[in-house]
Amino acid sequence: MKPRLTLRYRLGVASRTVAAAVGGYALAAAVAMAFARALPMARAEASTVATIVALLVMPAAAIWAFAVGSAARAWAGIVAVAGLAAAIAWALGPHP
Amino acid sequence: MKTGFRQSMAWLHGWAGLVLGWLLFAMALTGTATVFRSEIGDWMRPEVTAAPDQVKATAAAIRYLEKAAPNAPAWYLTAPDDRQSTIEASYADGDDYRFAALDPNSGRPDGIRETLGGEFFYRFHFELQLPYPWGRILASAAGMLMLVALISGIITHRRIFADFFTLRTGKGKRSWLDAHNVLGVLAMPFHLMITFTGVLTLVTLTMPWGLVANYGKDTTTMFAEVAPGYFERERSGRPAPLGDVEAILADARRRFDGGRIGNVAVENPGDAAAVIQVLRDDADQLGYSAGKLAYDGVTGRLLAAYAEDRPAKKTFDVLYGLHMGRFAPWVSRWLYFLCGLALSATIASGLVLWTVSRPEGRGFGHHLVARLTVGTVAGLPIAMAAFFWANRLAPVGLADRPGIEVRAFFLCWAAAMLFGLARAPRRGWAELTAMMGLGWLLLPLVSALTTARGLPASLIHGDWLFAGFDLVALAIGCGALMTALHLHRRQPAAPRRRRPALA
Repeated sequence: MKPRLTLRYRLGVASRTVAAAVGGYALAAAVAMAFARALPMARAEASTVATIVALLVMPAAAIWAFAVGSAARAWAGIVAVAGLAAAIAWALGPHP
Repeated sequence: MKTGFRQSMAWLHGWAGLVLGWLLFAMALTGTATVFRSEIGDWMRPEVTAAPDQVKATAAAIRYLEKAAPNAPAWYLTAPDDRQSTIEASYADGDDYRFAALDPNSGRPDGIRETLGGEFFYRFHFELQLPYPWGRILASAAGMLMLVALISGIITHRRIFADFFTLRTGKGKRSWLDAHNVLGVLAMPFHLMITFTGVLTLVTLTMPWGLVANYGKDTTTMFAEVAPGYFERERSGRPAPLGDVEAILADARRRFDGGRIGNVAVENPGDAAAVIQVLRDDADQLGYSAGKLAYDGVTGRLLAAYAEDRPAKKTFDVLYGLHMGRFAPWVSRWLYFLCGLALSATIASGLVLWTVSRPEGRGFGHHLVARLTVGTVAGLPIAMAAFFWANRLAPVGLADRPGIEVRAFFLCWAAAMLFGLARAPRRGWAELTAMMGLGWLLLPLVSALTTARGLPASLIHGDWLFAGFDLVALAIGCGALMTALHLHRRQPAAPRRRRPALA
């Protein structure tokens, strides 16, 4: 017999899904910007490396969103790393 | 969602795979066909037989375009090589964009049936027949889900090595799981590589933030720095005919030092500021973006030369090239093809498993998933066969001939989908697989009756491209018919009880 799925459970899954898709994309975008500005190489090269890294970060974030114990923790991790990356990108400004 | 890392990953694997699973199957199978894009193009244009000198052929094509499309702002050509006989040309014609395959001897399109050829599968693979940019965005999202499904699948699967050697046939769910595991694990490096590099090919559209961070809205500077070597200049307004095109192309071949000509762009043709850009054939090296040369179209003077040697961009180009598989000599090309089939089959068996392993929930959604899988998986090969049938049966010279082929593809697929929805899955599988078998098995016969290059003739003349295509069609047809027969004879493993539908 199928276990009854509670509303709390369903909301948790929905929340993690949004965290993985929207949060994961935002995190990857922020990491891309941070790497593109922080890497000590020509800016075209830095942008290229950053783009490849971002594509590795996004699936990792999605896995994270479903691996941790609760939806709240999933969000917390993604928002923390994305915030840090965005702050680095903002502080550095465009690559000279 | 279940508690525990491996359980939650198993849950994620199932749902990430299901959400766009049918789309992923279609992308995987059309991508697999795209491995032989050039060969399919030649098979679909049986009127073209020669594979001559690519310099002479491309020069002839440019001479033809000077008369046929003198007002186009630019012509884009793909030189013929040992895999594709025709020259592909495209250019803007007013508001229309024209695409033509040109004969390598005359440089003209006369007498060649109009078809998209293998280009159709290539385009569908990442544009999904949707308007720009939505098809590409959807394809990217599907690719990302596939990546998540692969990673969570690997985590779920702790017995990778043992399952490599395990295939229990005739045991219902257990057999499906074994098949899914063997096919998935066997070519796992390929699956990961092709999925990651596939998402990467569209990354400038889907994840531009690494570029935006440093260039903002200044795309001109961005292109100049990230993808340099492209020579641009304005039209002068003074008319001037193109110079010695053959000499320019011959010079490009010499400079590529044994490499061949790939793409040729003629910009501002008929103007004193005409530029001929020549790209090295990407079949000659792993990296996708090869050497670029720009010549003055009138005087033939070399204006610019560029070869990529920056480590990051080169890495990107190699990853891109790995996905395109253009570098591959024939052994690796067949490996790409077989691994692509394995990936398609992994997705298909995963979709079947989704319903087989959830016997408790035989509700509407469950039935829908089971039946959609039948129409998608068995219907797509039928549609591909229909595309090839239409190529042989639609009269040469018919208006919108390529469109007729494409409609044959989608109408047959839609019909198979409806059929799959209407029939009980057990019957639907057997009947559609039988249809698929007939469609592919009879294809060489149709080709032999409608062209002079049927299987007997191509075997006698050693025409391996045509013989190979027909033999693969026969193999697919036989395989499908045997599967259909097996499905038809198979008795249900256990008497089925009807359960009340759960909402």
